[in-house]
Amino acid sequence: MLSKKQARAFFLGGTLVTFLVFIGLTIYSFGTEQDQSNYGEITEQVVRGKNLWEKNNCMGCHTLLGEGAYYAPELTKVVERRGEGYIKAVLMSPVPWSPNGRKMVAYGMTDQEAQDLVAFFEWIGKIDLNGFDRVVSPLAKDKINN
Amino acid sequence: MKYKSQKVAYWFFALSMLLLVLQITYGFIMGFARIGFDNLHEFIPFNTARAVHTNLLVVWLLSGFMGAAYYIIPEEAQHELVSVKLAYVQLISLALVGVTAIVGYHFNYWEGRKFLEIPRPLDYLVVVNVLLFLALILLTLYKGKRRTTTALVLSMGLLFAALLYLPGMLPFDSQVMDSFFRWWVVHLWVEGVWELIMGGILSFLLIKLTGVDREVIEKWLYVIVGLTFLSGVLGTGHHYYYIGVNKIWLIVGGIFSALEPLAFLAMALFAVNMYRKGEKKHPNKIALYWTLGAAIVSFVGAGLLGFAHTLPQTNLYTHGTLVTAMHAHLAFWGAYGMIVLAIISYSLPQMTGRKLYESSMGRAAFWLANIGMVGMTVAFGVAGVAQVYLERKFKMDFMAVQAEISVHFVVLILCATLFTTGIIFYLIDFYRHGRPTDQALEEIA
Repeated sequence: MLSKKQARAFFLGGTLVTFLVFIGLTIYSFGTEQDQSNYGEITEQVVRGKNLWEKNNCMGCHTLLGEGAYYAPELTKVVERRGEGYIKAVLMSPVPWSPNGRKMVAYGMTDQEAQDLVAFFEWIGKIDLNGFDRVVSPLAKDKINN
Repeated sequence: MKYKSQKVAYWFFALSMLLLVLQITYGFIMGFARIGFDNLHEFIPFNTARAVHTNLLVVWLLSGFMGAAYYIIPEEAQHELVSVKLAYVQLISLALVGVTAIVGYHFNYWEGRKFLEIPRPLDYLVVVNVLLFLALILLTLYKGKRRTTTALVLSMGLLFAALLYLPGMLPFDSQVMDSFFRWWVVHLWVEGVWELIMGGILSFLLIKLTGVDREVIEKWLYVIVGLTFLSGVLGTGHHYYYIGVNKIWLIVGGIFSALEPLAFLAMALFAVNMYRKGEKKHPNKIALYWTLGAAIVSFVGAGLLGFAHTLPQTNLYTHGTLVTAMHAHLAFWGAYGMIVLAIISYSLPQMTGRKLYESSMGRAAFWLANIGMVGMTVAFGVAGVAQVYLERKFKMDFMAVQAEISVHFVVLILCATLFTTGIIFYLIDFYRHGRPTDQALEEIA
């Protein structure tokens, strides 16, 4: 039967080995050759958009890359789906946007801020999501094919 | 076994319960918003309610864990806490930072990163606070007469939880990397080091409640936490399937996260077996309910329901839907909520001297809260599965689907009411125990 010492060795050994493998895989994933996010295309405008995304806790209602709060639509590929004009209208609206009765906070953004967020969404839209992008944000052309 | 400094735990538990009540309140605000009653939108929009709800969860559990440590460590180490005064300083600063963060969320003062919304300047205060806590616990352990496995596992969990908070503070330009390292904190907390804390508390409670030999219990504790890390560390990969990183995570995350239920199964079997084996039957039945309940419900909530959507083939459709909320509610409740309520139920009579072991209020609290939470989980599950089919298979518009599934949120609110009734009963019992006294602690021999 297993002794306490062996049980401890199993715990410490298992933890050490899996953690080392985990760190190894993390380093591998962020190697330039493995990049699926077009890291080089992150402009200053995209970063400003990301900061706005965080500053306003958009993830507290929406999802992006499938992460968020499931209260408002997924925004991966939103530019392709809705177009730049629609997104900017929503962001710049001085009154709560509520096309289906569910209210969004009225951010009343400036044109520049809205443009920054659109740039951020455009960058997000080009990430290779291992197939998830087609499931989560069916494009107009997919809807016609269905 | 008489350590007056254990009294500190009472106030951490009291803070914990206060925050739990607030968490539930914000949950109701969100539930009502989902069925169209978002009358508070102007003051508490959904994203504020959501951030407050999840952050309060973290803080009430942490406060509960800290209380548990302040109660357990002196008894295990057979040494009074090195400084009671500093422990109170830590309590008050924890409450202040928590309240500042929560109030800030109502004024757009946050970071907007799911679960880690606390703004950077407050992050540093959290770090200082946790360092003070760890210093008190580890020094007590160091000066203590004995170092038990239970105390070591608990302290290790608390120490790693603090260390793992740091990757969440790294700044990134890329949303993908941001998300990747955010899971280092969130996943490795809840499916890793928090399980050490849970295991430590569970082991302490089983030793006290069943009378089974410490050596036996602690041996299995090592096996369980070993299984947790073996599966949980690489299991982090299940958050990396579809966020824009290499496909290797589909394989690694798929295999290892599929093993994660094993740790929870082991925990449930362990708790039930120790209970059966135990010859000493401690009179505190309510504490036993919560202890065994935590082990069993965490297996169902975290283990089984987690497995239900962890394989990449399934997760492709369920990622980013209410299916996640289904799993999260029962998992957090079973694994962490119930273990905190278990240690409170065990320690309150010890600290206050009022032995309300057989209160019918206490039993009703257990059953109502659990039945309510299972009902909520089912409501989230039905809503989530319907969402997956309508939105992702039939390509219906997001808001059209939300309208279809809103009825499930009516059920959710009804079940949440049942759950809340249970919690209110628990709190009444908590209140009836009165304050901790030196005399009560001295009498425990």
